[in-house]
Amino acid sequence: MTTAAAATGERTARTKPATMAQALGRALRDSMAQDPTVHVLGEDVGALGGVFRITDGLAKEFGEDRCTDTPLAEAGILGTAVGMAMYGLRPVVEMQFDAFAYPAFEQLISHVAKMRNRTAGAMPLPITVRVPYGGGIGGVEHHSDSSEAYYMATPGLHVVTPATVEDAYGLLRASIASDDPVVFMEPKRLYWSKADWSPEAPVAVEPIGRAVVRRTGRSATLITYGPSLPVCMEAAEAAVEEGWDLEVVDLRSLVPFDDETVATSVRRTGRAVVVHESSGFGGPGGEIAARITERCFHHLEAPVLRVAGFDIPYPPPMQEKHHLPGVDRVLDAVARLQWEAES
Amino acid sequence: MTVQELPGAAAYRPAPPPAWKPLTDPAPLLPDPEPYRVLGTDAVADADPELLLRLYAELVRGRRYNAQATALTKQGRLAVYPSSTGQEACEIAAALVLEERDWLFPSYRDTLAAVARGLDPVEALTLLRGDRHTGYDPRAHRIAPLCTPLATQLPHAVGLAHAARLKGDDVVALAMVGDGGTSEGDFHEALNFAAVWRAPVVFLVQNNGFAISVPLAKQTAAPSLAHKAVGYGMPGRLVDGNDAPAVHQVLGEAVARARRGEGPTLVEAVTYRMDAHTNADDATRYRVESEVEAWREHDPIRILERELTGRGLLGDEGIEEAREAADRMAAALRERMNADPVLNPMDLFAHVYEEQTAQLREQAARLRVELDAEQDQHGDEDVEERR
Repeated sequence: MTTAAAATGERTARTKPATMAQALGRALRDSMAQDPTVHVLGEDVGALGGVFRITDGLAKEFGEDRCTDTPLAEAGILGTAVGMAMYGLRPVVEMQFDAFAYPAFEQLISHVAKMRNRTAGAMPLPITVRVPYGGGIGGVEHHSDSSEAYYMATPGLHVVTPATVEDAYGLLRASIASDDPVVFMEPKRLYWSKADWSPEAPVAVEPIGRAVVRRTGRSATLITYGPSLPVCMEAAEAAVEEGWDLEVVDLRSLVPFDDETVATSVRRTGRAVVVHESSGFGGPGGEIAARITERCFHHLEAPVLRVAGFDIPYPPPMQEKHHLPGVDRVLDAVARLQWEAES
Repeated sequence: MTVQELPGAAAYRPAPPPAWKPLTDPAPLLPDPEPYRVLGTDAVADADPELLLRLYAELVRGRRYNAQATALTKQGRLAVYPSSTGQEACEIAAALVLEERDWLFPSYRDTLAAVARGLDPVEALTLLRGDRHTGYDPRAHRIAPLCTPLATQLPHAVGLAHAARLKGDDVVALAMVGDGGTSEGDFHEALNFAAVWRAPVVFLVQNNGFAISVPLAKQTAAPSLAHKAVGYGMPGRLVDGNDAPAVHQVLGEAVARARRGEGPTLVEAVTYRMDAHTNADDATRYRVESEVEAWREHDPIRILERELTGRGLLGDEGIEEAREAADRMAAALRERMNADPVLNPMDLFAHVYEEQTAQLREQAARLRVELDAEQDQHGDEDVEERR
């Protein structure tokens, strides 16, 4: 886990180990302190501090009017947030687990994503929807979905997903500050990943929509995001023994999509594997592979491959290790990039 | 061996449960068994004659608006129009009880309420004409976009009212929904949030008998829709939805209650949709003419007109005056709606995000090329005409 974080750059003397969960909480706190219109609402976000403790201490510091325990109803949470945003507030809502967000889909798709467009720009909705997503934490049914493809398919939403402690802070700050609605996908199995970090240390907050190269290489590009970044970093290290020098691109934002960074990398390496843990069919990888093919066809030495979760409902936790793409599956795909030899 | 035979079983006595009492006394929340009425009752004596005359003029105008808009669908000037003919008393009262600073959250059938609140009649129709989703700035008029999905605007009203109260503003939100909409999950969640937060919201259910073709009896098993309020901990009020001063009074009391910080109210207005669901619907397939006839006798304009003429407040001249004013409004609307809206296809990309993404810039450039090619082929004038 620390591999990815270690690649993010130099640290100042003031930094110390922090988890992604702490960085997210700090981003909420700093946003609320800076802007009195920022309100946090959701189930259990108050006294409990959220089931993952991301909102710990906010109700105490800012009061229950700013960090509100709502009735247990996701459509109601997001629907009331729409009205709050219509009146000039900047709501940040927590959808406790990925699959719990589904009752709020109609509000998200019919209203949150479209309000700016429906009103010809008169009524933008600066809402951040925090969705802890993905598996690998042993959660039972309905606690491990990767739902990003649903959000990506909805024009009007930004879809952001950090993979490092630093990005968790920076991208959440940027999302809350954005006048557009953002679905902020939190890779929950990285909540406890650590890095040397401090919010007081200089943090260059990239605007939403820029991918970053986490590891440079010459022989192929791994394109990934969120929970699969550490897997890809580990695979890249392991591939050195096999003679592969892999580049790793962390997308950070699925919408808008950074075609430039991806295409520049793939044109240079000539080979690409897209890695994510949500299902492959109709998943983000298909879109990304198509975009790469359209832009880099003459540079490609092999088809763009996808390493994704299987096309199955998310499995029971005792079986999830077979479903989640791990280092071996990534390395296997890298081996298959020797296309000429096989065909 | 049975439990009773177990040694010592007879000696066991469960401890009494901890004390329990209901959170709220339900009795004051329950609606009266009969819809509240003003017209034809003693209550009318307390009604302000000026308000009655204003309601009358607005009802006549509203009826004419519905007729004109329906006619525009036949001429292809509107894609569709869901008429509120028969329900004008609810529409007008909803608009008139609100102060300028308050907010209205209409459904797709409530164009008339938006117009009665002061919105330009043409701006109110852009959704139904099909040139823009919302032809007005919601913030400028404090009217949310006409909402097509059922009941999804109700939580917005709750959130807005809650936010206003947090900011210390003296603002009330009034949200309109039909009888069918009360079956939706968002109706339940909105009422529940509003009651828990004591948000300054008024929910107006226009029970017009049918959700497209499905009658109320197949929609709910509740004693009335107003009775649903008690389950959320807010008062439910039942009112004759065709009795304009009654609807105005009940909504007025609910708005005042909300403004005092006493929380939300659910008002069920019992009314009837005289026209079909929209111009595209065939109401003869699901209701009989005799039922419509019975409601025609209880028409909101007819019953108010009878009251006003009977009390000598309105004569033939006044009736004629109201009709002429309505005709003038309709003629102006017809004339303006006969002009083609000016559309710019490049606007399709203008308001998806604050800043266009690289992907949208690419797509906009593609459309630009198509439009330019079209222009080259047909010449400027022809293309302008075809747009």
